[in-house]
Amino acid sequence: MPGGTHRPAIGPRVQRNLSAHGFLFGALLCFALFSWYPMVREIIMSFQKTHLGVTSWAGFSNYERIFHDPTFWTAWRNTLEFTLLALILGFAVPFFVAILLNELRHAKGYLRCLVYLPVMLPPASALLLFAYFYDPTYGLFNRILHVLHLPTSQWTLTPGTTWPTMAMISVVIAATWMNMGGATLIYLAALQNIPGELYEAAELDGAGVFKKIRHITIPQTRFILSVLLLLQIVATMQMFVEAFILNGGQGAGNNTESVVYLIYQYAFALSGASNFNSAAALGVVLLIVLSVFSGGYLWLTRTQER
Amino acid sequence: MGRRLRRRTGYRKVAGVTVTAALGLAAVAACSSSSSTSTSGNSSASGGHVTISVNCAPPSSSPVPYKEWNEDVAIFEKANPNITIHSIYAAQCDIPAQFTAQLKAGTEPNVFGTYPTDLNQVLDSGQAADITQYVNSSTVPTWNDIVPSVKKTVTAGSTLYGIPYQNYTQGLVINRKLFTEAGLNPDNPPTTWAQVEQDAIAITKLGNGIYGYGEYSSQNTGGWHFSSEVDANGGQMVSSDGTTASFNNAAGQAVLQALHTLRFTDKAMSPTQGLAWGTLQKQMGAGKLGMYIAAPDDIYDVIVPQDGGNPDDYGMGPLPSDSGTPAGSLSGGNDYMFAKRDTPAQIEAGVKFIAFEDLTVGSGQFNFARKKADALPVGYPEPQLFSGATNTAYQALMTKYATTNPDHFKTFTAANEEPLGEPHDAQALYKTLDPVMLAVLTNPSANITSLLSSAASQVNQILSNSG
Repeated sequence: MPGGTHRPAIGPRVQRNLSAHGFLFGALLCFALFSWYPMVREIIMSFQKTHLGVTSWAGFSNYERIFHDPTFWTAWRNTLEFTLLALILGFAVPFFVAILLNELRHAKGYLRCLVYLPVMLPPASALLLFAYFYDPTYGLFNRILHVLHLPTSQWTLTPGTTWPTMAMISVVIAATWMNMGGATLIYLAALQNIPGELYEAAELDGAGVFKKIRHITIPQTRFILSVLLLLQIVATMQMFVEAFILNGGQGAGNNTESVVYLIYQYAFALSGASNFNSAAALGVVLLIVLSVFSGGYLWLTRTQER
Repeated sequence: MGRRLRRRTGYRKVAGVTVTAALGLAAVAACSSSSSTSTSGNSSASGGHVTISVNCAPPSSSPVPYKEWNEDVAIFEKANPNITIHSIYAAQCDIPAQFTAQLKAGTEPNVFGTYPTDLNQVLDSGQAADITQYVNSSTVPTWNDIVPSVKKTVTAGSTLYGIPYQNYTQGLVINRKLFTEAGLNPDNPPTTWAQVEQDAIAITKLGNGIYGYGEYSSQNTGGWHFSSEVDANGGQMVSSDGTTASFNNAAGQAVLQALHTLRFTDKAMSPTQGLAWGTLQKQMGAGKLGMYIAAPDDIYDVIVPQDGGNPDDYGMGPLPSDSGTPAGSLSGGNDYMFAKRDTPAQIEAGVKFIAFEDLTVGSGQFNFARKKADALPVGYPEPQLFSGATNTAYQALMTKYATTNPDHFKTFTAANEEPLGEPHDAQALYKTLDPVMLAVLTNPSANITSLLSSAASQVNQILSNSG
């Protein structure tokens, strides 16, 4: 046609990229089946009730029920406590370990393997190991403390709800040990992309270690840091398996009960008639909270980049 | 001029359509009405032959019970050549998550094991078969001698949905060896909280990390024990109509006060609290604990085989109470229910098998001669399913082949505690009461009145929500 551009017919174009479209369709099908379908189903279930095998519309009654549950707010408080402690411990520690690894001249490969090793353990195995370490009567940690004539602890079974609880700190320690390896390697990769000339220039200006970290390392890895911070918060808000294996999920006086554990309880444990609908409602609440947080976070960080 | 037509449809639009279609597919599938009934079972009936799947068979990791189960299946199938039993072996019969998922999908076995508290869940899921017309003294010869309170756990209104095969009440498990060492009479366990206190003090004086009394206070087991102790003390956890908490009274207060005194005044309990199921059994097995509340199977299923306890070192008395005579006990057990999709022939076959395996004296689980020959424990007062002539025959056979001394359980058996089942919304109640038990056992200044009042408000909310 005279002048202008024209797009080729879709048929030949699709044919040329048939395998790509095939993979795309497969991926979409997986997302549809295992991600979107359960999500939509959960939302619908949260507005239903089942009695004698018959499902009917329940309006907002499931939401009213969970908001009136005495343990609902306890679970949220515990979840936020875990998230905050995990941020302090589980976000900062991998970053500084990565900085340390980056500075080493010898045994780098060996130490990287060592740091990543816990990540390769199945979570249940790692947590069962910590459950033994933390046992108040027979555990390794209390035996060591006893030998050193130091007071022992009940660790994950320590009663008390005054923040921060020893029970939750113990859970966070186990969770950080299990998961920090992955974050450490990601930070390490980011650190190695920082141009060396920046550090040389800073040294010439008389900057010490902490000033270099503050003015070069952190700004240069800002993107990675912000992405991992978001991922960490979203992941830690869904804490379940750590407390479940370490102390049954609830802990002493429900002081380690998380929102996801409460979902599990609604679905399988709490009443004679298991209540998938209440569990779905709480799942939707969690979804909304995390979506709002993620959206706000992304918007804020996007603004900063501009 | 090319033959290609200029089209607005481009790659982006196709991708967008694909994504929208996938999303739409997901939404349509999700919005479809849920059907929890599966027509495909894992059993079939053809030409008069019936196959039924039955779970709660002991796994091969328990070699002797596994052998006995398979022997029984072989005996039954030989006597009933038109019936095939497909056994489902599992260490834990009723895993909540799996059980719930199976009910939702309608994939539970034809004959599936449940706890008494599962009845409402199974009914709500629409998976319970009405077996009223299939169970009578002809199909289950001992049916009329099964205690009514046990049958009640599988009955809704006048409809029978299951067959009970195990039940228990709780009592006071004692370490007879520690009792003797402390100068106490192990054949006369304490029956009042005052006596428990005295005996616990005497046992704690043995030192060496030994404590007189132990109690749970986490993972719902604290609330569970509190319920049993309140029942024994003449109280009840919820009102008869199941709408309000009724433990905030003298009975509940007395139980908590007794525990608080044991812990802080008498120092007859360990400073390590927040314990859950499994821990007190370990302490008992290690000879570090004098008394705690449990059912008889704690001894022969846990303390002896798993925690290395010597069976002759243990006995039982009734639950402690202020009066010395327990008004009742929290009770539980195991039942078999039938899937909604079962055919009449499958239900008949299942009833026949359960009658043979679980409800006939001298056969199946009550083949005491074989149990003794296989070195399994015989003589413990659990289950207590029968009354009348069947119970007489049952007790006589058990005594004949007993591997433990029935005198060690004499006062527990003589108390004949009334089984009171579990309260409405039991797990939610236990969860709410765990912190109360924990506070009483960890806070020297615990305000019992305030704790009970607060717990009662929470329980009222739970009961109102579950309406």
